[in-house]
Amino acid sequence: MELDTVLMSRLLTAMTLGFHIIFATLGVGIPLMISIAEFIGIKKNDPHYQLLARRWTRGFVITVAVGVVTGTAIGLQLSLIWPNFMQVAGNVISLPLFMEVFAFFFEAIFLGIYLYTWDRFTNPYIHWSFSLPIIIGGGFSAVFITTVNAFMNTPEGFTTENGTFAAVNPLAAMLNPATPTKVFHVLSSAYLTCAAILAAITAFMILKRKTTDYHKKALRLTMTMTFLFGLVTALAGDTSAKFLADHQSEKLAAAEWHFETSNNADLILFGWLNENNEPTGEMRIPGLLSFLAHGNFNAEVTGLEEVPTDKQPPLWIHYMFDLMVTIGFLLPGIALLYFILAMVKRWNEHNKGLLSLIFLSGPLAVLAIEFGWIYAEEGRQPWIIRGYMTVEEAVTSSSYVPHMFVLFFVLYVVLGTLCVVTLRKLFRNNPAEVELEKHYPTITKGDDE
Amino acid sequence: MSYELVGISVLWLFLYGYLIVASIDFGAGFFAFYAKVTKKDHVINQLIARYLSPVWEVTNVFFVFFFVGIVGFFPDTAYYYGTAMLVPASFAIILLAIRGSFYAFENYGSKQSTLYTFLYGASGLFIPASLSVALTISEGGFITEANGNVSLNYMDLFTSPLSWSIVALSIVSILFISATFLTFYAARAQDWPALKLVRTFALFWSTPTIIAALTTFIVLSQHNERHYENMLNLWWVFGLSVGFFLIAIWLLYQQKRYGLAFISVMLQFLFAFFGYGVGQYPYLLDPYILIHEGATHPSMGIALIAAFIGGLLLLIPSLILLFKLFLFDAAYVKGKK
Ligand code: HDD
Ligand code: HEM
Ligand code: HEM
Repeated sequence: MELDTVLMSRLLTAMTLGFHIIFATLGVGIPLMISIAEFIGIKKNDPHYQLLARRWTRGFVITVAVGVVTGTAIGLQLSLIWPNFMQVAGNVISLPLFMEVFAFFFEAIFLGIYLYTWDRFTNPYIHWSFSLPIIIGGGFSAVFITTVNAFMNTPEGFTTENGTFAAVNPLAAMLNPATPTKVFHVLSSAYLTCAAILAAITAFMILKRKTTDYHKKALRLTMTMTFLFGLVTALAGDTSAKFLADHQSEKLAAAEWHFETSNNADLILFGWLNENNEPTGEMRIPGLLSFLAHGNFNAEVTGLEEVPTDKQPPLWIHYMFDLMVTIGFLLPGIALLYFILAMVKRWNEHNKGLLSLIFLSGPLAVLAIEFGWIYAEEGRQPWIIRGYMTVEEAVTSSSYVPHMFVLFFVLYVVLGTLCVVTLRKLFRNNPAEVELEKHYPTITKGDDE
Repeated sequence: MSYELVGISVLWLFLYGYLIVASIDFGAGFFAFYAKVTKKDHVINQLIARYLSPVWEVTNVFFVFFFVGIVGFFPDTAYYYGTAMLVPASFAIILLAIRGSFYAFENYGSKQSTLYTFLYGASGLFIPASLSVALTISEGGFITEANGNVSLNYMDLFTSPLSWSIVALSIVSILFISATFLTFYAARAQDWPALKLVRTFALFWSTPTIIAALTTFIVLSQHNERHYENMLNLWWVFGLSVGFFLIAIWLLYQQKRYGLAFISVMLQFLFAFFGYGVGQYPYLLDPYILIHEGATHPSMGIALIAAFIGGLLLLIPSLILLFKLFLFDAAYVKGKK
């Protein structure tokens, strides 16, 4: 029974976070895309971009709603399911959680203003400027929550006295060693994911209907962003790996199946473990792990052997890491392909094959987010606060967790389904061409190829 | 004032803020549903939508602020309330989730549906009912702690007159607060048919509100002598509360100064809420959590207060802008923008 509660609590937390993170990521990244589109629209006086901003916003509102309600769920669940964790960690890490609420406040207020003032000001830049606090609010809520998660991985900013935390320094706890790389990677991957999703939707529309100027511009904009943030995300991921090598070596070692400490370590891609726990059927790149971890092909990389067996993370996180990294290379790769095709006159960047690839990159990006988090969270096991409290010590003593799991599972299925249904209806009944004509009657003619 | 007192005062103030804005929201959902069923939706639903659309997310943040803040200032609350509230709070979360998202699906999505409106209206009454369990629990007697296990005695809870009177009070207060606000809003919008309807709602729900309040007071005396005595010592606070209630009713009857009427209702609840809260001092959870013992480290307490002040400097101008654009902009309220 005891074990069941732990397992079900972990599953419930993972399910809620795994669901929330999709909408949270959209909440962080989409406002940036909207803002860029509106800015270009005003600057170039191009109704296409302005309509783009409007339509993205309309869809965004729906996903925000789901983000807010699932965020409220996870916020409460942290206390409901992990009361011992919150009681102890609350003393050290409640500052960023508290500040996050202000970020939400800020975002929520300006989102309300942004939504309902499209045509209210004669100077269009005033309306555009309301998108900035939304970007900042969403971004900072990610920053703050990520510092909390970073703290769980490399706790700092306190001393312990007979089992409880004493001499707390909230700022030091927030700015723990994991924070910089984590924040960098979480933010960049959120922007990347949103660009990829919007590109995927555009590609889908072109595949299904026809190529209009509106869709071409949308595709070019989102592809540019995917490419840029793809590079930044890979860079940020690299800094994350270097951080792990220095401060949380067991997570990297488990992900890389790097069991013995050694120099000039190979990078192992995919494969499986045989009965002696040896990697089989893998691809090996000599020395690359050393390079990834320390920027030097001969550097020493700490192996998993240095951590007692009962404190080692599960080895299957290897696949999570590999899949995330693979997607990390695919996304900017697809974008690059698009630009190469666009550059050469004879080739058509709107061919079916490429559009299908672009369409795939949206779901792939979301998967990368999920894989990344599962890797990061599983790689911390068995700790909830690394080195101080295990997951088992943190869990609730209530016996109703399994029931709640079922309830929330149903809730997320309903929310997810209705969200998709609503979004589809919203845009199916109101295609861009029709709306363009309604809003900007002067330019519709000659729009089609 | 010590930092933990500052903390609990600020949190209580925000909970009060949530009480007001959420009541408006929850009650409006119920009235929207009621109007739809009685085929009067053309009269008031436009009005309700114009107010709610820009602010519903802000309402939710008030709530998040409260529970994040209380766990921050008083981490012990996570342990006791967290364990005990797993089931009631999960229900509240699910209802909040249904409510918030269905609102968005219906309003920003394309199609109107009576089912959505029903869920939206009904959830608004059940959420306060399940959240008010926390208030009931805080009076003590429902939680037991045995060898490190905290558990909630559901039988006691469901058979307690206290919990039911608190539930009843929360529901009728919501309808009363909301109706008074809508009356004020309709007057500003100069929407006379709507005004007529919501004003009758406000008058109708005033009587149950005061009856439920008195009942709760009496039941509390049976349940928690100490809290009751403390509240009796604060009789003047409750006197003020009743006074403002009477002013509000009088203004509503006289059909004038609806803004003032709503402010009176706000003050009525402000005094009652603070009288109730101060009466509970020094406990956060009778008898397990005391404000002074359950507080976080001083350095964290100070940091939280500093963050709070910084946050307010950011929020107040933004909120003023929001209100200026939507609540106090007569043209927007009238539906001309
Ligand atoms: C679109 C999403 C995405 C993509 C393409 C990548 N990542 Fe990632 N990664 C994340 C999304 C993500 C994440 C969801 O944001 C994580 C989960 C936890 C975290 O801090 O960020 C993460 C975690 C994470 C971690 C663990 C950090 C920690 O636990 O402290 C490492 C080492 C990397 N990533 C490395 C990479 C590398 C080398 C990539 C190669 C291109 C890469 N990631 C692409
Ligand atoms: C939003 C993206 C996140 C996702 C998708 C995610 C995913 C997961 C997963 C899969 C687990 C289960 C691990 C296991 O127990 O086997 C987990 C556990 C947990 N996560 Fe995260 N996580 C995220 C971010 C966070 C953040 C930012 C925090 C800190 C505030 C956090 C706190 C926890 C806690 C408390 C647990 C339970 C204890 C544990 O199992 O480690 N998570 N999460
Ligand atoms: C890295 C992972 C996470 C990111 C990037 C993130 C980001 C966000 C964003 C952007 C929103 C607002 C949605 C919107 O308004 O657009 C949101 C909502 C919310 N999140 Fe998360 N979140 C993460 C994980 C968590 C965790 C672990 C918690 C729990 C402590 C949490 C608590 C909340 C709450 C309470 C809300 C609702 C706030 C409201 O009422 O506006 N989030 N999150």
